[in-house]
Amino acid sequence: MDYGPSERPAGAASLPTAIKILIAGGFGVGKTTMVGAVSETRPLRTEEVLTETGVGIDDLSGVEEKRTTTVAMDFGRITISDDLVLYVFGTPGQDRFWFVWDELALGAIGAVVLADTRRLADCFPSIDYFEGRGTPFVVAVNCFEGATQFRLDEVQTALNLDPGVPVVLCDARRRESSKEVLITLLEHAMKTREARRRAGG
Amino acid sequence: MTGQGDSAEHEWVDDHAGPVVRPYAVTRGRARPVTGTFDLISLVMATRTDVGSESGLGPEHMAIVGLCQRMQSVAEVAAHLDLPVGTVRVLLGDLVARSLVQVREPRATPAGLPDDSVFEAVINGLRAL
Ligand SMILES: Nc1nc2c(ncn2[C@@H]2O[C@H](COP(=O)(O)OP(=O)(O)O)[C@@H](O)[C@H]2O)c(=O)[nH]1
Ligand SMILES: [Mg+2]
Repeated sequence: MDYGPSERPAGAASLPTAIKILIAGGFGVGKTTMVGAVSETRPLRTEEVLTETGVGIDDLSGVEEKRTTTVAMDFGRITISDDLVLYVFGTPGQDRFWFVWDELALGAIGAVVLADTRRLADCFPSIDYFEGRGTPFVVAVNCFEGATQFRLDEVQTALNLDPGVPVVLCDARRRESSKEVLITLLEHAMKTREARRRAGG
Repeated sequence: MTGQGDSAEHEWVDDHAGPVVRPYAVTRGRARPVTGTFDLISLVMATRTDVGSESGLGPEHMAIVGLCQRMQSVAEVAAHLDLPVGTVRVLLGDLVARSLVQVREPRATPAGLPDDSVFEAVINGLRAL
């Protein structure tokens, strides 16, 4: 990703830079809730329409026969400064739509994987995905009422996480709590970057 | 990145074609922008307050120029216009080609992660919220 000649008219330098963080995890774990908790506006929803053939739609008469699917993503915005805007995207269902995940993960600073201790295995696909891509991530255990309390090191072991991956508790409904999760992620991503640089990566 | 690339390997659920027709008409059948790639978080800002007598532009183009009087990401433009991202990319390509909007692609360093000053700015910004 860089400035292509056509995307860089005079004056573009005055626009801020955008960065993004992803919120992933199983269905109903609180992704949209967390996006809304940190966003400065109500969460927005955007859609990608995908055609099964993968070549796009080439004539109107063919539309009816094309198999298409719509993938929705929730996202929110946090204006950090005049120069910097942070976007937070909830990922779509983690059992498919990997193509959309790849688009979202491209250039992402890192990811929060939300976990519910009643259904811990639900976040395995997200963890596998970010491990495989080398995207820095943290695991945030969303504390639903009635869930048995586990120690964080038990969660770490149960998820078979690299010891360097932070595991924290959160309440995705609360802004302060969700902000702390994002800060933990950013600090972790910074360390990851430093470690990679030292390793000559 | 466009929304259409490698999807052939995946098995998509069948959706009826209804919602596709309007976006399709909006772009007059074009699946790709004439210029630009438009990441979801590319930032868009109009270069003019009104488009005036530019020919060949539709109401959705005008709506984007109106919306982007304040800076918006591609994802925000799509959400506010209630159009799929792929459709918005095509419309934005038309506007870039006419220099009616400027676009800033997101920062990416060769290592993939931004430098410490960006991290620190974001951490401080979040703390201050
Ligand atoms: N008790 C409790 N409920 C939550 C929490 N986070 C989310 N919820 C609820 O769980 C449900 C699913 O959340 P949602 O954000 O839609 O999940 P998503 O499918 O991951 O986007 C909603 O009814 C939320 O209000 C939490 O931290 N504690
Ligand atoms: Mg959701």
